[in-house]
Amino acid sequence: MNVPANLKYAQSHEWAKLEADGSVTIGITDHAQEALGDIVFLELPDLGSQVEAGKECAVVESVKAASDIYAPISGVVVARNDALLDAPEGVNQDAYAAWLFKLKPADAAQLDAQLGALLDAAAYTKVAEDA
Amino acid sequence: MGKRTPLYDRHVAAGAKIVDFAGWDMPIHYGSQVDEHHIVRTDAGMFDVSHMRAIDLRGCDAQPWLRRLLANDVAKLTLPGKALYSCLLSDAGTVIDDLIVYFFTPTYYRIVVNAGTADKDIAWMRSQATGFNIDLSPHPQLAMIAVQGPQARERFWTAFPQARAETELLHVFQAVERAFGKGEHWLIARTGYTGEDGFEITLPAEDASAAWDALLTTGVKPCGLGARDTLRLEAGMNLYGQDMDETQNPLESGLSWTVDMKDARRDFIGKSALAVRQDAGALRQFVGLVLLDRGVLRSHQKVITPQGDGETTSGSFSPTLNQSIALARVPAGVKPGDEVQVEIRDKLLRAKVVKPPFVRNGKPLI
Repeated sequence: MNVPANLKYAQSHEWAKLEADGSVTIGITDHAQEALGDIVFLELPDLGSQVEAGKECAVVESVKAASDIYAPISGVVVARNDALLDAPEGVNQDAYAAWLFKLKPADAAQLDAQLGALLDAAAYTKVAEDA
Repeated sequence: MGKRTPLYDRHVAAGAKIVDFAGWDMPIHYGSQVDEHHIVRTDAGMFDVSHMRAIDLRGCDAQPWLRRLLANDVAKLTLPGKALYSCLLSDAGTVIDDLIVYFFTPTYYRIVVNAGTADKDIAWMRSQATGFNIDLSPHPQLAMIAVQGPQARERFWTAFPQARAETELLHVFQAVERAFGKGEHWLIARTGYTGEDGFEITLPAEDASAAWDALLTTGVKPCGLGARDTLRLEAGMNLYGQDMDETQNPLESGLSWTVDMKDARRDFIGKSALAVRQDAGALRQFVGLVLLDRGVLRSHQKVITPQGDGETTSGSFSPTLNQSIALARVPAGVKPGDEVQVEIRDKLLRAKVVKPPFVRNGKPLI
């Protein structure tokens, strides 16, 4: 199982990466894409929309089923990976290169608390192995 | 742990992802469901369908009993090995199961039913046997392998050259039973559930692994139940429990063609209920949908039409068409070519009504 050490993880199988510019990049884990199977459709949040930590904000559909994506942290959507909409299988090929969207957190204190509540690679590996 | 077929170890060795299907541990895919789908459309794939249940029917009343039990008429079967698809109906005319019945002689047939409904079906069949001289012998120990795709028959003959002469002449929906393997009988049928040519082979459990390996050696790729579902959906074939069940009748499930009313003297179970429904009119239509907007159709989504609301019964992404398709039950009056709307996560997406199948023999039909 591929679980990069430099990312933070949600129990619901999303990854989050704090970028140098203060934005946070969001995607789904390698374990999640593996469990979903061939991904054929993505529904991403609108640019400028506000998402809340723990709330559903996107949908990933595989041939098998539709799966909600939950925002690991709160913020405003400042970028989305629209190239993936036409090639959603990119998530299967490399779940960490195929980011879904980027968030601008509202305030630093809340971001710290929300990032702190996410899992590190070791803890997420355990969650994924037990799933 | 669920029930396991004689090929379970082969699936695990091939890296299958195993899921529960009707109490059985079955392979959903061996890596990529979409790749497996394309293999069957373009080359040859094989499915373990040993979880399905074969039931042998013998007795001097076998034919009259089946003519009462089934909505389709086995009197049409005169050529040994010929098969017929039929619904098993309740007195209310609703669908207990769909099945294939093979004719060997008027006193010997084989019935193949779905895994999840097998016990219910056999109980129903036995309850309807009073007064008939018949014997039902279920064979849960038999294995079944479906080899499907444009190259399926050639690959099968490469693996089993000694079977070529007898199986080359089989028409579609015809089977031959022959001594094979370790001396036990194999049933080799030119049937399938993918919309492609091929064989379904029913064989003793002890022959199954060797047969699977022989087919693997000739380049037939293992395919899971995931690909089987998208293949059958593209082929416009119903799945029991999704497209029809005990709450629906065959006339409103796209299965009118399997209800044989021609012989007025034949009184099959469910016939009078179907006649009442037919006379009432305004039968709901069972149609295909092709999604025009982006998204994926799934079962139980609301279909909005000018004639009223309907519902999708099966839906998925079609790997062959590279867009989403569904089967749906919609109000009378909805016609192929109409544009309707499907509600997906509170959004209304546009879909075109088509007549199934969507794909046959590798070719898009819509």
